[in-house]
Amino acid sequence: MSKTIWVLVEIENSRPARSSLEVLGKAASLGRAEAIVLGSHAAEVASGLGEFGAEKVYAHNDPAYDTYLTLPAVDTLSGLLKQHQPDLLLLATTYDLRDIAARLNARNNTGLITDATDLRFEGDTLNVTVPWGGEIVVTATLPKQGAGIVLTRPKAFGLEHYDGRTPEVETLNISLQASSQVMKVLESVEVESEGPSLEDASIIVSGGRGLGKAENYHLVEELAAALGGAAGATRAIVDAGWLPYSHQIGQTGKTVKPTLYVAVGISGAIQHLAGMKGSKYIVAINKDEHAPIFSVADLGIIGDALTILPQLTQEVKKRKAQ
Amino acid sequence: MKIYVCIKQIPDPNTVVSKLDPATRRLVRSGVSLVLDPGDETTISAAIKLRDTIGNSELIAVSMGPSSAQEAMRRALAMGVDSAILVTDPALAGSDALGTARVLAAVLKKENADLIFCSTESTDGYTGMVPGGIAEFLGIPQLTFAREITVEGQRAVIKQVTQTGYRTVESPLPALVTIASGSFEAIYPTMKGIMSAKKKPFTQLTLSDLGIEAAQVGEAGAREQVMSIGKVEARAAGQVLKDDGSAAQTIADFLQRYQLL
Repeated sequence: MSKTIWVLVEIENSRPARSSLEVLGKAASLGRAEAIVLGSHAAEVASGLGEFGAEKVYAHNDPAYDTYLTLPAVDTLSGLLKQHQPDLLLLATTYDLRDIAARLNARNNTGLITDATDLRFEGDTLNVTVPWGGEIVVTATLPKQGAGIVLTRPKAFGLEHYDGRTPEVETLNISLQASSQVMKVLESVEVESEGPSLEDASIIVSGGRGLGKAENYHLVEELAAALGGAAGATRAIVDAGWLPYSHQIGQTGKTVKPTLYVAVGISGAIQHLAGMKGSKYIVAINKDEHAPIFSVADLGIIGDALTILPQLTQEVKKRKAQ
Repeated sequence: MKIYVCIKQIPDPNTVVSKLDPATRRLVRSGVSLVLDPGDETTISAAIKLRDTIGNSELIAVSMGPSSAQEAMRRALAMGVDSAILVTDPALAGSDALGTARVLAAVLKKENADLIFCSTESTDGYTGMVPGGIAEFLGIPQLTFAREITVEGQRAVIKQVTQTGYRTVESPLPALVTIASGSFEAIYPTMKGIMSAKKKPFTQLTLSDLGIEAAQVGEAGAREQVMSIGKVEARAAGQVLKDDGSAAQTIADFLQRYQLL
């Protein structure tokens, strides 16, 4: 029997978020995809979701979702899940959807798998693929009854188009409880950064603990600038306070898929590999010849990053000038 | 005010390459060096700072784990936490994120916590699903990914990290706050702190103290099931070379060959 898969579609700058649309397309490939869209732009984006795979859209046009975090969406979704009992709730991994998923899982007690890179139904059994580090892949399932939740790794799926598909749109006529309107957004600030952003850069140079100390990180930035790329970091050095969180690449930092990823002094912890393994070419520099990063590198150099980086930056500048 | 911080002992991420045991399908925790999660050091530091700013408050660390987790809790006490509660019970082995959240929430409910700190996620499991679960079980708001926090009266305000910047979010107390890694300067234990940690109150609880059925937690209560563990399709093996002084040339040649310059 065909499965019904729900996708909560986030709105970004009054449009459906690309990450949600990618997940919607995946859902449509598994069965009947239905979208839930909430907030002050819900009604206007609803019918456009057909093109990305939705056969049905539940839309609740209420600005409270934009002002109050997490709880209004959890209340609404929880009510809808009980009423309609889809087979699965499939979500992109974003800050807000993670928060919503964690609460829904506790409220409905259905089970939740994070960081999925693929999933499929075999009969009634859901098979979810979750990579674990560079070498292992786990296949997991949600055996209990009721719609479980799967959070998918960013950029796991591309955008799919379902031309001419027109979804049935159900406009929800419900009122949100006052008790859900407690986490209030007072202000939203976009911070501009120099050079390409990590998500958009086709070249990323990233540093880890092997750089020794925070004062050496400029070597990473200089190579990134010479290559016309962006500079990233591992969680270890973000934890150590060398750099702000916005530089963090990994499972919960940013997931990146540049053409070139240069890993400097990075051992290759599972969480970091999760965030960069999709890069087309990987170059790694590390003192430790057993570092797991070498298992995913196209070119690995066992050596001292502090010596090699300045030379490489010079060499790149020289060759680019030719 | 009663402030709590949930912490975890994990295999040292700086020396241990995490492994899954093919038989139990769990993270290998024996025979490896165990430490307080480095992310938790940031979170504990944030909580200590807030306790000291508010004044007239106590800070209690809560953890679930085997009795070896005492060591991680001693470190939290040495950093400046006032007391510690560890839930340890053989039935807890194999708990999923929700089972863990259920146990921690049961402790926090008994304690009437005003404010609860958690790291955004652990450095070994990375699901990030425990804090939201705790908040849901307690029926309180969860302020996540905080890089700053202030408390005024019965209200907490955070600066929350977002994909493109930050947002300022407020919530009434009691509330749970998750701290973004690296946002607060870590406090290191002093010799005096290490000595005094030995005398600070340390409570151990079991499941029956919390009135939780063994079937709700541990492997029995886990909602997710690992069906198989396999090998990833390896990327085509790359070249790994020792630097003989020409590494910069070698890398530049590689970049040029693939038109990356």
